[in-house]
Amino acid sequence: MNTLSRYRIILPVVSLVVLLAATFWMQPRAMSYFGLNLLFNLAVPIALATMAQMMIIMVNDIDLSLGAFVSLVACITATYLLDTPVLGLAMLVALILAYAAMGAMIHALELPAIVVTLGMSFVWGGFALFILPSPGGASPDWLRALMTVKPPFAPMAVVASILIAVVTHLLIIRSALGTVLRGVGGNTRSVARAGWSVLKLKACAYGLAGFFGVLAGMALVGLTTSADANIALRYTLLSIAGVILGGGEFVGGKVSPVGAVIGALTLTLAASFLSFLRLSPDWQIGAQGAILILVLTARLIFSRKGAET
Amino acid sequence: MTLLAKPWIWAWGAAALTFALTIGLTSGRGAGELAYAALSFGAFAAIVGLGQMLVITLGPGNVDLSIPATMTLAATLALKAMGSMPGTALLGLAIALAVGFGAGLTNYLLILLLRLPPIIATLAASLIYQSLAIWSNRGLRIKPPEALADFATGRFFGVPNVAWVGLGLAVLVWIALERSVWGRWLLATGQNMRAARLAGVPVERVRASTYLAVSVFAGLAGYLLASFSGGAALNMGAEYLLMSIAVVVIGGTSIAGGNSNVPGVWGAALFMFLVISMLNSYGAAAGLKNVLTGAIVIAIVIAASTRKGRK
Repeated sequence: MNTLSRYRIILPVVSLVVLLAATFWMQPRAMSYFGLNLLFNLAVPIALATMAQMMIIMVNDIDLSLGAFVSLVACITATYLLDTPVLGLAMLVALILAYAAMGAMIHALELPAIVVTLGMSFVWGGFALFILPSPGGASPDWLRALMTVKPPFAPMAVVASILIAVVTHLLIIRSALGTVLRGVGGNTRSVARAGWSVLKLKACAYGLAGFFGVLAGMALVGLTTSADANIALRYTLLSIAGVILGGGEFVGGKVSPVGAVIGALTLTLAASFLSFLRLSPDWQIGAQGAILILVLTARLIFSRKGAET
Repeated sequence: MTLLAKPWIWAWGAAALTFALTIGLTSGRGAGELAYAALSFGAFAAIVGLGQMLVITLGPGNVDLSIPATMTLAATLALKAMGSMPGTALLGLAIALAVGFGAGLTNYLLILLLRLPPIIATLAASLIYQSLAIWSNRGLRIKPPEALADFATGRFFGVPNVAWVGLGLAVLVWIALERSVWGRWLLATGQNMRAARLAGVPVERVRASTYLAVSVFAGLAGYLLASFSGGAALNMGAEYLLMSIAVVVIGGTSIAGGNSNVPGVWGAALFMFLVISMLNSYGAAAGLKNVLTGAIVIAIVIAASTRKGRK
């Protein structure tokens, strides 16, 4: 084990710093409060969605419904939460409970998470179409104010990302619950033997994912001020990519909340960086794929070097 | 009893039931049109489903998420090369299959060389294929050559031509799985990769050929779908991600790998189309249709898992 493979956080940090440096070199004017705000504007909902996906990957599952779920939350936020806040809040709570129930069901019936979540993506998408058949709605004022607040020293997106990273780090890495949850991913059987109810733990992990998914949808509406049923579909892929970029593994409960937030920031920045390169927007999606492959190649090289020494 | 024990009988039974329910609504009118549409659209789902089935048979964690992007890219490039000129159908087919082959090779190399989990490898690659398709398409809608469009929408002995292609492919896949050494290797790899490797199965060659097959099938499906619907569109493959996985699972193939079921894929493909058209003919709104489709897929996965549990 060398330093690089022991501290898996190094690679995500280096990726972000390199990309950030390249962006500043291309466009020095981005090196300001206003510029950073523009660069990372959409990072907050993506970071929150990445946290949601991380909760699922932590227990060795994968969530292909997250994008549709965040879209549904955005639709509810832009309609019910605006007009009838109590009803809207009740719906969002019900969605979190539905997520927990989905986790419990996947575990109890030993269903493949990938198929169940893929099916659920249609269910969420269908409900979203019910609520908002055509784009529209509006953001509640308090949410808009919260997302556009201008804190001193650093822009909102940066402050919020740090806050998300710290809170989830405390929750997942430092707390007793987080440790057991990671244990479910590491070795389900030994967690069960130690007397924990894996059913409850899985429900808990999915419930947390639902909670962060709800936050992501609300943050998104606060930024865009309106919603539609397909607003966040690409978040499914972005969130998985963010977790992996941040040093997470698909199996074994090896996740890094701080790394995942950095991964989400890197992906957000990648999109902005390309527009500075004057590259055609056709390539934006592809560039995110290419960056993902590049970082994973780098990780492989480092872990090989680690194995040699 | 032996018939009821076949996993594929459920998919076919469900398809027959939905067909009857839809026809019952119109009291028998339009049965021919419905069967034609089900066989045509079912064929596209079946073709990608067969490929996905081979990949899922490889074992846990193996799934190809790049099918929609590969379909779109193959269709876009093929139609662009043909440029609506007569007599270019075979050229287009060759290009579509070559694109599929290239995508499959890329996917497999990412999995092999970067040791990526197949989900992330096919996902990352699909983003690039999608960009390539957007870049080469530029919003143009090129019509397929007339003869090709006629072929794709035509029928032979009352059965749509695309369904013949899908059936032929199903027979080929069945022979490869059940009657060839490669099929035995694939099943052995899916049941236990390590044991298969120790037993002398060329595991990497099996994996490579499987990932190539799924992408070539996706390329073919994209080519046929674009010819059928009068041009390639950037979102043409979108629904086939859920579809390809759903028809495999509903068709009775084990999601844990090592066990596949060719007839079930066709039954499930017909079922999926018939459910959607049944909801249409009962006048369901788009939102309700999606909710019910998702709920049905999940219900069938639950039913399949409890059936397995009782054994």
